[in-house]
Amino acid sequence: MAALSAAGLPVTGGPPLTVRAFRCWLTVYRRIWRSSIWSSILGPVCYLGAMGFGLGSLVNRHGTAALGGVPYLAFLAPAIMATSAMTTGLDESTFPVLGSIKWNKIYIGAQASPLRPPDIFRGHLLFMAMRIALNVSIFTVVMVAFGAPRSWWVVLAWPSAVLLGLAFAAPIAAWAITVKNEMSFAYVFRFGMIPLMLFSGTFFPLSQLPGWLQPVAQALPLWHGVTLCRAFSLGHVSAGLIWHAAYLIVLIVAGTLAGARTYTRRLYV
Amino acid sequence: MKTVAFLSYPRGMVPQVSENEVLVRARGLIKRFGGFTAVNGIDFELYRGEAFGFLGPNGAGKSSTMRMIGCVSPPSGGELSILGMNPVRDGSAIRARLGVVPQEDTLDVELTVRENLLVYGRYFGLPRKLIRDRTTELLEFVQLEDRAGDKVEPLSGGMKRRLTIARSLINDPDILILDEPTTGLDPQARHVVWDRLFRLKQRGVTLILTTHYMDEAEQLCDRLVVMDKGVFAAEGSPRQLIAEYCSPEVVELRFDPALHDAATEKIKDVQAERHEVLADRILLYVPDGERAIEEVRARGLEPLTTLIRRGTLEDVFLYLTGRRLED
Repeated sequence: MAALSAAGLPVTGGPPLTVRAFRCWLTVYRRIWRSSIWSSILGPVCYLGAMGFGLGSLVNRHGTAALGGVPYLAFLAPAIMATSAMTTGLDESTFPVLGSIKWNKIYIGAQASPLRPPDIFRGHLLFMAMRIALNVSIFTVVMVAFGAPRSWWVVLAWPSAVLLGLAFAAPIAAWAITVKNEMSFAYVFRFGMIPLMLFSGTFFPLSQLPGWLQPVAQALPLWHGVTLCRAFSLGHVSAGLIWHAAYLIVLIVAGTLAGARTYTRRLYV
Repeated sequence: MKTVAFLSYPRGMVPQVSENEVLVRARGLIKRFGGFTAVNGIDFELYRGEAFGFLGPNGAGKSSTMRMIGCVSPPSGGELSILGMNPVRDGSAIRARLGVVPQEDTLDVELTVRENLLVYGRYFGLPRKLIRDRTTELLEFVQLEDRAGDKVEPLSGGMKRRLTIARSLINDPDILILDEPTTGLDPQARHVVWDRLFRLKQRGVTLILTTHYMDEAEQLCDRLVVMDKGVFAAEGSPRQLIAEYCSPEVVELRFDPALHDAATEKIKDVQAERHEVLADRILLYVPDGERAIEEVRARGLEPLTTLIRRGTLEDVFLYLTGRRLED
């Protein structure tokens, strides 16, 4: 920003460029928020209902020692919360990013204004953060309604899930701007998201995985998010959790730095 | 400053082209994409209040030049200064004072006409109230005031173009950049757009435009350059270019196809600035068309049709860029 004010920015002054880019997305979102809210509510209700109660009643009957002695719903709900934050992060950072240069050309329009590619990127990323935060909030409410959290610490599961969502959104958006074709996204969802969802201690504890697979799962971001959300929801709070958060923050920072570069390279040709 | 300044100039009180005030200056400007050189060392100056045109076939380097002036494409070489600033270092500050009408519309078709202007005005950091006032004025100017609350999607191509023009004026720009403003529009829609652009020009807005329509260039541009293969093939006012590269009159002769070649041979020595033989016609560039036709007939040739017309910018363009087929 220092370089900008030195060059004497627009006579009109006005809010920071990143905020200006973010506000554009708010205008767009105002048009569709109703339908998007409904799907954000329906998703968790279905998931927690079917898996938590349906599958849960089966699991609970066979003993929950491996789950740490809590009912399956209490074990599962915070993990699904983390997973849904990841899904929102991926949804918002793939097609909407490519679409903004290819289909509705929001970026191309914005580019002709004072906004620079890094502003356009960070503004969009702020909007992704807002979408993730909204969805996670709704999830938290549904989770409480189902009686899943075991502790008031669950309020910290919320920021943990937002961190996780952004740990996906920032680097994926930085990459999505570089792809030529939306087919690439199918790989992210099929070979990235689904295995992560299945093997990150989401539906069953990591200890159930074969020994050699456990470090692999632990190296991937979803497991850190699941661990954080679950610890807070169950009230198993310890100082060690800070490392999980740090891991996610590193991903967000790296993605944000990379995005400023990749957006500039793609938009300034 | 409540309104768009140029829209409120009373007629006749328009600032004239001022050669003292250079808004854009390029020296040896180059743009390369990998091994391909799109713009190969061009020099020009744009003065406040003029309408400056880049004419040329597709691939001549017009759009690359526009993108460099629009500060969204860093030059590969040479010098470029816009509003006295450096496009690479001060891109954001320069763009705050430019209006851009890109070749392809970048409107958000799911928002309303008014919302499109709102989103855009907010990019420039303008307060809502000011945007509202300008929107009313600009929509009236581009004759879209009845559609203000409608979604953009169902609007016709011409209406979308006009909306893009209105949007590009939301920040009351010093320079309006138009990249092929009427490509793809039907003739009626083109005339409406020209009419609006002509009014802007009358009101003293500085325009830079690219086009491959000669009539567009002739109507709108005070000064233009013919660009071909990344360099300027010629520059001047439309009238100067016609005087320099064309003759006052052009005679078009059409012969029976069987006699075409023989006729070409026979009229070789008819006095003309230039002969041009096309597949179906022979063109003679002459000062006096009637006399040239008499000379042709004096050689015992009887064309199927003859046409005498004034030399146009199109003749200049085709002469300078060649009649090759490309796009």
